[in-house]
Amino acid sequence: MTQFPDDPAGEFPPPPREFTDREDRLVTVRTADEDDYEALVGMYVEFDPEDRAQGIPPSREDAIREWLDAVTGPDCPTVVAVADGDVVGHAMLVPDGDGAYELAIFVLQPYQSAGIGTELLQTLLGLAQEEGIDRVWLTVERWNDPAVRLYHSVGFETTEESGLELEMGIRLAE
Amino acid sequence: MNLLLGIGASDDAGAALEAVVGRAREAGDDLTVAVYAGDDEGDDVAAVERRVRDHLAELGFEARVERVEGDPGSQLIELADAGDYDRLVIPGGTRSPMGKVRLSDAAEFVLLNARSSVTLLR
Repeated sequence: MTQFPDDPAGEFPPPPREFTDREDRLVTVRTADEDDYEALVGMYVEFDPEDRAQGIPPSREDAIREWLDAVTGPDCPTVVAVADGDVVGHAMLVPDGDGAYELAIFVLQPYQSAGIGTELLQTLLGLAQEEGIDRVWLTVERWNDPAVRLYHSVGFETTEESGLELEMGIRLAE
Repeated sequence: MNLLLGIGASDDAGAALEAVVGRAREAGDDLTVAVYAGDDEGDDVAAVERRVRDHLAELGFEARVERVEGDPGSQLIELADAGDYDRLVIPGGTRSPMGKVRLSDAAEFVLLNARSSVTLLR
C-alpha cells in the first residue's frame, strides 16, 4: 500500500458531533470506548449478510468477537454513531505496519442512506488528524457504487483499480 | 480426480499443500502443482518451486511440479485446459490489516475465466 494523493485534503471535524439525519433522527458520533464493545458485537450480529464487504464483518458471533479484538483497541482510532440509544454505525482505522492506516465503515441497514456514513467518515478523519495520522487507505468492491461515491465525496481518490476492487487513499497532512 | 494446484510467491504454500494433499490422499487424486511468481516484481519462482518440492517431500506425497512463466492467471488456465484436469485449486488469498480478504491477481483472473471447476481454499 504505497500510493496516496500528493495534496492533503482539508480539515475534518473531530468527535464528538451531534446532528439530525435525513430521517429526522438525532445521531451522535463520538470516539468509541471499551464500554461500546458489547454494543458493537450486537450491531454486527444484526448486520445484513448482504452488506458484508470482502469477508467482513464475519457472520458468527465468536468470529465477530475475534475480528473486533483485532480491529479495535488503543492503536485503532474508532468512532461510533449512536441513535435511538443504540450503536448503529462504526468506523475505524487499523495501522497497516507501514505508517498508514486502513479504514472501514459499517452502518446498520435501517440507518443507511440517511447521511450517517458521511458524518461517521468525516468525524473519523477528524479524529485521525487530531492524532497526527497523515495517510489513510481502503479497498472497496468495484460494483459498490454508493460506497465509492461516499469515499469520493469526502476526498478519497482512486489509487489503483487493477482487480475486482478499487483501492482509494487520502492524505490528511503534509 | 486430476487436480491442478496453483501456488504463487505471496501464497501460504504450506497451508495450501497440506489441505490439498490431505484430501488427495483420501480420494486418491492425482496432483500437479503449478508454481509462479507473485504479484510483486522480484518474487522468485525458483524459490517458490523449492519451497513446494521441499514441503511435498516432507509430506511424503508424490506430485508433479511445473513452473508457470508470464502472467500467472492466464497461464494457469492454459495449463488447466491443455492438461486433463478436473479441477483447479487456488489459495484463498491473504487478509488486510482490517481483516478484508485480498485475492491475488492470479486468483481473481482464474475465478472469472476458468472453464474447469475452481476450488478456492479457505
